[in-house]
Amino acid sequence: MALLTKKDTKLILDPLADNNPITIQVLGICSALAITAELKASIVMALSVLFVMGLGNVVISLMRNIIPSKIRIIVQLVVVAALVIIVDQVLKAFAYELSKTLAVFVGLIITNCIIMGRFEAFALGNGVWRSFLDGIGNAAGYGIILVIVGFFRELLGSGTLLGFPVLGNPIEKTGLYSIGYENNGFMLLSPMALIVVGLLIWVQRSRNKALIEEN
Amino acid sequence: MNKESNIYTVLFAGAMVIVVGSILAYLASALSAKIKENERFEKQQNILYAMGVNQNEGEGSVNFVPTDRVEQEFSSFITEQLVIEGDKITEDDQAYLINIKKQLDLIKDGKTPKLPVFIGEKDGETFYIVPMYGKGLWDAIWGFMSLDKNMTVQGVYFDHKAETPGLGANIKQRYFMDDFKGETILNGSQYTGIKVAKGNNDPVNNIKDDNEVDALAGATITGDGVSAMISKTVNLYKDYFESLRNKG
Repeated sequence: MALLTKKDTKLILDPLADNNPITIQVLGICSALAITAELKASIVMALSVLFVMGLGNVVISLMRNIIPSKIRIIVQLVVVAALVIIVDQVLKAFAYELSKTLAVFVGLIITNCIIMGRFEAFALGNGVWRSFLDGIGNAAGYGIILVIVGFFRELLGSGTLLGFPVLGNPIEKTGLYSIGYENNGFMLLSPMALIVVGLLIWVQRSRNKALIEEN
Repeated sequence: MNKESNIYTVLFAGAMVIVVGSILAYLASALSAKIKENERFEKQQNILYAMGVNQNEGEGSVNFVPTDRVEQEFSSFITEQLVIEGDKITEDDQAYLINIKKQLDLIKDGKTPKLPVFIGEKDGETFYIVPMYGKGLWDAIWGFMSLDKNMTVQGVYFDHKAETPGLGANIKQRYFMDDFKGETILNGSQYTGIKVAKGNNDPVNNIKDDNEVDALAGATITGDGVSAMISKTVNLYKDYFESLRNKG
C-alpha cells in the first residue's frame, strides 16, 4: 500500500492553492497582517503553526469519539492552548534564544482561527493519519501566503531580506538607492499586508477562473 | 454511557482539566530550575552587553557572551553591585536578581524601592549600569543602560515581551541600540534622558548632544515607550547620578 493515496495527496495539495485558508477561505487574516513586516517572522510563524496544527489535529482526531459535542469548542481551545504552552516551556528550558523569538507568536497561534477551523471541520470527523495530513496541508497553505507577503513587505518596505540589505544602503545611497529609489515605509504598516493579500487573491483568481464566485 | 448527557459532559470537562492541568503543572515544576537558570544568565548577558562586553562583530546582529562563560565574565567585569534604598546605599552581590517591576510598583504604593546599580570596569573605564522597565505598545519593555560618570551613554540593551515583529520588536536590533551610544542624558544640567524622535533629520545619528535618536518607522508607540522608560529611569536615579558627577 502506498504511503499516500490519491485522496491523501489531495489533502495536502488542495490547501496550497485552490482551497487556500487565507486567499480562498479568508481565515487567519489577523496573524497574517500582524507579523509579515519581515520575512523571518513570517517563516517562524509558518513553522510554529505547522507544528501546532499537525499535532493538534492528531490529538483532536484521537479524541474525536469521546468529546461531548456541547463543549467541543472548549476542548479544542484547551488542546491547542496546552500544546502551545508545552512547546513554549520546553523551548524556554532547552532553547532559550529560540523561545524568546517565539514568545510573541504564542498568543497569535492559540487564537489562529485556521487551527480551530481545521479541528472543527476535519479532525473531529476523520482518522488520525488523514487529520495529520490535513493539518500539515493547511498550515503549509497558510505559511506560503505568509512567506510571500513577508517577502514583498520586507523587500519593498525595508530593502532587506531576512535582515540582509539586498537593494543597497538607503542611508549611504548605494545600489538601487543611488538612482533615487526610496523604501516605501507604508509597506511596513498593516494595511499594506491586506493589500498584498488582496493582490494575491486577484492573481490567483485570474489564473483559475473556477475560483470566481457566481453572483 | 450517553455521550450527550450532562453528566458525561461534566465528567469529561473535569477529567480534561485534571489531565491537562497535571501535565502543565508537572512540566512547569520539572523545568522551572532550568528556566530560572536561563533567565539568570540572560540578565547577566544583558548587563554585560550594555557595558560593551559582548561578541558583536562589525555591524549586524546582537551577540552575547556565550552562556557557558557568562557567569565567570560577569563576576570579572562587574566589580560592584549596589542597591539604592532611599538615601541608603548598600552592596549586594545578588542585586542583579532584583525584580524591577516589583520595585516600581512599590513606588506607586508610596514605599521606597530598592534600585540596583551595577558598576563595571573594562579597559580602565568605569561604567554605571542601571536597569530600565517600561511599557511598549502591547506589553512590557525593559533594558539596561550603561553610563560613564559624565552621563554619556556607553551602551544600551533593550528587550520586549510582545512588540510587533518587524516594527516595535526592532528596538532590540543593533541599528537602533547602537544609536544611543555617545548620546547624553543631560541637557545642560537637567536630566532629560533621550528621546526617540520621529523626523529628527539625523538618521545616521551624527549629532550626539541633542538628546534624540532617530525613531523606527511604524513603531511610534514603542518608541515613545522607550523615551518614557529612559526618562523615568533617569528621574529615579537622578540623585545617585548627581553624586557621581560631583565626585569628579
